[in-house]
Amino acid sequence: MNIVVCIKQTFDTEAKIALNSEGKIDSSGVNLIINPYDEFAIEEGIRLKEQLGGEVTVITLGGERGQEALRTALAMGADKGILVSDPSLQEVDEWSAAEILARALKEVPFDIVLAGRIAIDDGSSQVAVRLAEKLEIPSISSVLKLEVDNGQATVVREIDGGTETLESPLPLMITAQKGLNEPRYPSVAGIMKAKRKPITTMSLSDLGLSESEVAPRMITESYTLPEPREGGRKIPGEAADAARELARLLREEAKVI
Amino acid sequence: MAAGIWVFIEQQKGQIRKVSLELLSEGRKGADQLGVKLGAVILGEGIQGLAEQVASYGADEIYLADDSQLANYTTGAYTSVLASLIREREPQAFLLGNTAIGKDLAPRLAQRLGVGLASDCTGMEIDSEKIFKFKRPVYAGKAFAHVGSIVQPVMATIRPNTFPLAEPNPDHKAEVIPVQAEIGPEDLRVVLKDLVLAVSERPELTDANIIISGGRGMKGPENFAILEECADVIGAAVGASRAAVDSGWREHKFQVGQTGKTVSPTLYIACGISGAIQHLAGMSSSKYIVAINRDPEANIFNVADYGIVGDLFEVVPVLTEEFKKLVNQ
Ligand SMILES: Cc1cc2nc3c(=O)[nH]c(=O)nc-3n(C[C@H](O)[C@H](O)[C@H](O)COP(=O)(O)OP(=O)(O)OC[C@H]3O[C@@H](n4cnc5c(N)ncnc54)[C@H](O)[C@@H]3O)c2cc1C
Ligand SMILES: Nc1ncnc2c1ncn2[C@@H]1O[C@H](COP(=O)(O)O)[C@@H](O)[C@H]1O
Repeated sequence: MNIVVCIKQTFDTEAKIALNSEGKIDSSGVNLIINPYDEFAIEEGIRLKEQLGGEVTVITLGGERGQEALRTALAMGADKGILVSDPSLQEVDEWSAAEILARALKEVPFDIVLAGRIAIDDGSSQVAVRLAEKLEIPSISSVLKLEVDNGQATVVREIDGGTETLESPLPLMITAQKGLNEPRYPSVAGIMKAKRKPITTMSLSDLGLSESEVAPRMITESYTLPEPREGGRKIPGEAADAARELARLLREEAKVI
Repeated sequence: MAAGIWVFIEQQKGQIRKVSLELLSEGRKGADQLGVKLGAVILGEGIQGLAEQVASYGADEIYLADDSQLANYTTGAYTSVLASLIREREPQAFLLGNTAIGKDLAPRLAQRLGVGLASDCTGMEIDSEKIFKFKRPVYAGKAFAHVGSIVQPVMATIRPNTFPLAEPNPDHKAEVIPVQAEIGPEDLRVVLKDLVLAVSERPELTDANIIISGGRGMKGPENFAILEECADVIGAAVGASRAAVDSGWREHKFQVGQTGKTVSPTLYIACGISGAIQHLAGMSSSKYIVAINRDPEANIFNVADYGIVGDLFEVVPVLTEEFKKLVNQ
């Protein structure tokens, strides 16, 4: 089994978001983590390898620090890393990311590609599905359970209000939802081993792409921060009285009941 | 010339999702502003009967693909049918709800059409140059990105509850245009074996107008019954914090927050939830927030419009009784 896992490095969920002098999201001093949903994808890839044999390649598109995310995945048990990084890549939208990742996977054999359901930074839930389209393979989103047997995958995915069981031949793209598995922590031995595992770094020109070819289709014109919510009033009184007053306010003032 | 705003009508077993009607309502305004037609696209089997309702929400043209191969949603078949229809008719904008189906369908369609997609938008405007501008939360609502596209069709998925529902007009008539579904074998690689819908009378978390959520302060799974009782009186959905989910009290699909669902109901009632940054990320765009927490210093009070410092086990049952009186009035 050739297994590919797409991972994105994102801000720590604790990170407070501020804008810099150019009005962009300020990333200085922010802790970076592997997108939580991508951890499920890595774990699932390693489990598939343990069960069926083969190799797990992790790929990320991002800044130099993407190395750290790849090393963590290698320490968990992946075999190879690919970092696509290019300082000329300033603006990337989901379309560009899919185009670039697809190009980088051109020479990489795969039977299954795993990704996260959503990246918690841009929150777009697009790149994995777009990549599948570009790779001309089917995709199943928001997966809770995956079984692979004889070139055939049986998959349970979350839908609104329930679940679906689907079958698909390989190759296939899967996006991981929480519940798929419990990601392991890298062991000390794993961390030592990871140091010797290969990471290939590729620039746009290594991929035969120019910046303009992958210029975004969606333009971000500006960022704003939400109006800070005003902490409102606390309703005084004993529990029961306060509850009655709350019901009244919701009816008469907020008009929501 | 590309013209027309189109809305994808999501239906399951002949039931149209509310968000699709919200998009028609807002799409109608946009179409009037631009002086173009409002189109609606419905895919499924035995869906002819839905046209009337769709027309009443303002659609001028209804594209109906009625085919047994579209009976259930599959990414491949739905993408192919929509892609050929859009290539043929060239609408200037195509809007979908940010639902499980919308999130799966829209990116694949956008990639096939070679266009951008603004996902999970909470605002849309059409400026004086007729350019569509979208507002979308990033970093789980800790910031907003304002995005636009010059490539057509402009595509976006819109978060449920973003736009108000218009009053349906039964006299509004639409032209119904049958669509031939051309589906190839490569569209049918993924086969649906089983569909399990949870039997719940409660609304879907992301659709709900009111959500009442419980956290670690609920103390145990059995106590969620008091939230459920309250929810059923006011037609609310029941959510949970990650602490409640990780304790195994509620399923993950009910988790609200950065690694759960992002919700924007009219009213969010947080019971026994401290208000961690990751929880707030998922619900702070709610119109009204109520917090019930016995710790006066809990962070949730910093975002709550109404707060009660007290024991939720005392407050919630009284609240339920009061709601009963109000809804029976
Ligand atoms: C990567 C990552 C992702 C995360 N994603 C999410 C997410 O998506 N959603 C999420 O919710 N969290 C998320 N978290 C977890 C988050 O940091 C908090 O741990 C969690 O939200 C706490 O849940 P809680 O408020 O229910 O519990 P606590 O913080 O323990 O708060 C319990 C509250 O209940 C109150 N209380 C107790 N008893 C009563 C009573 N009888 N009456 C009234 N009040 C009472 C207490 O005063 C307290 O304020 C994430 C964390 C990480 C690291
Ligand atoms: N820059 C990237 N590099 C590698 N994988 C990515 C990248 N961006 C997104 N992905 C993958 O696509 C998933 C969905 O991301 P998004 O569309 O940004 O929400 C992520 O969970 C990753 O698995």
